[in-house]
Amino acid sequence: MTDQAQLRGALAAVAASIAAHAEELTALDSAIGDGDHGANMKRGFDAVSADLDALIRHPLPEALKAVGMKLVMTVGGASGPLYGTLFISLGKELAMAPDDYAGALARAVDAVAARGKSTRGQKTMLDVLYPVADAFGARRPASEIVAVAHDAAAATRDVLATRGRASFLGERSIGHVDPGARSSALIVEAVAGALS
Amino acid sequence: MSNVGIVIVSHSPLVAEGAADMVRQMVGDEVSLAWCGGNPDGGLGTSVPAIMEAIDRAWSDKGVAILVDLGGAETNSEMAIEMLPPDRAAKVVVCNAPVIEGAVMAATEASSGASLAKVRATAEELSPA
Repeated sequence: MTDQAQLRGALAAVAASIAAHAEELTALDSAIGDGDHGANMKRGFDAVSADLDALIRHPLPEALKAVGMKLVMTVGGASGPLYGTLFISLGKELAMAPDDYAGALARAVDAVAARGKSTRGQKTMLDVLYPVADAFGARRPASEIVAVAHDAAAATRDVLATRGRASFLGERSIGHVDPGARSSALIVEAVAGALS
Repeated sequence: MSNVGIVIVSHSPLVAEGAADMVRQMVGDEVSLAWCGGNPDGGLGTSVPAIMEAIDRAWSDKGVAILVDLGGAETNSEMAIEMLPPDRAAKVVVCNAPVIEGAVMAATEASSGASLAKVRATAEELSPA
C-alpha cells in the first residue's frame, strides 16, 4: 500500500471516529471545560475530509503539514493549534528523516507540549500522546499501543488538572476523564486500525 | 499609523466588539485597533484566520499587541503570529493581561507613541506576578 493510500485510510478512520464520538467528547468537555471539544474536533476533521484529495496529493511530509494547517484554520479552539502542531511537526520531522517514524512522533509530541506550554501529568492530551510515543518507539504491536492509549486516557480521571480550562476547577477536575486525552486515544485507535 | 496597533481576541464577538468600543471611547483614534471573536462557524471560540486578518487590519510598523481572553484565544493567537511572514511575526506579541482592562491600558500607552515592549509591559502590570 502506498503512503498516500495509508494516509487516506487513516484520516478517514479518524474523521469517522471523531464524528461518532463528538457528543461524548463534548459531554466530557462540558464537565471540566467549555463544552466545545467534540464540535470543534468534528469541524476540523470534517474540513480535512472535505478537502482530503487536495491535502494528501503531495508526498507524506507535505501532506501531514497540510492536514495540520487545515486543523489549525478550522477547529476554533485550543485543540486546533495543538493537534495542528502534532501533524505539522510530524510532517517536518519526516521531511528531515523520512524513515524515523518513532523519532518523528516523539519530537512532534514535544512540539505539542511546547505549543501548550504543558507537560505530562497535567491532565491533558499529552498524558496519552507521550505513553503512545514511548510504546511506538519501543516497537510494541499496534493492539498494545491502542490499549496503552485507552488506559492512559482513562487514568486522567484521577488526575488534578493543572493546565487548560479544567485547571480552573482545581480539585473538582478530579473524577472526570480529560476530553483531549480521550480524543487523542480515539485518534490513536483509528490510525492503528487503519494501518494494521 | 505611527503608534503600536492593538488587537482584541475574545471567544465572544460581542465581548471583543464591546472592548473595542471602550478603547475607542477612552483612548480615541490615535491607535489602530481591530477585534475578532467566535469560531469559524460563528459560535463561541476563536479562529486563527480571523486573528490573522485582525492583525492585518491593526497593522503598524511599530508592532501589534494582542489582548486575549481565555486559553484557546491565546494558543490560537500564538499560532496566528507564527503563520505571519517572519518580519511581521517579530513585531506581534500576545499580552498576559485581562482582555478589557489590558486593551484600554495598552491602547493608552500606545497612543503616547510608546514602543511595543512598553505597551506590553504596561498591559501586563495588570496581571498578578
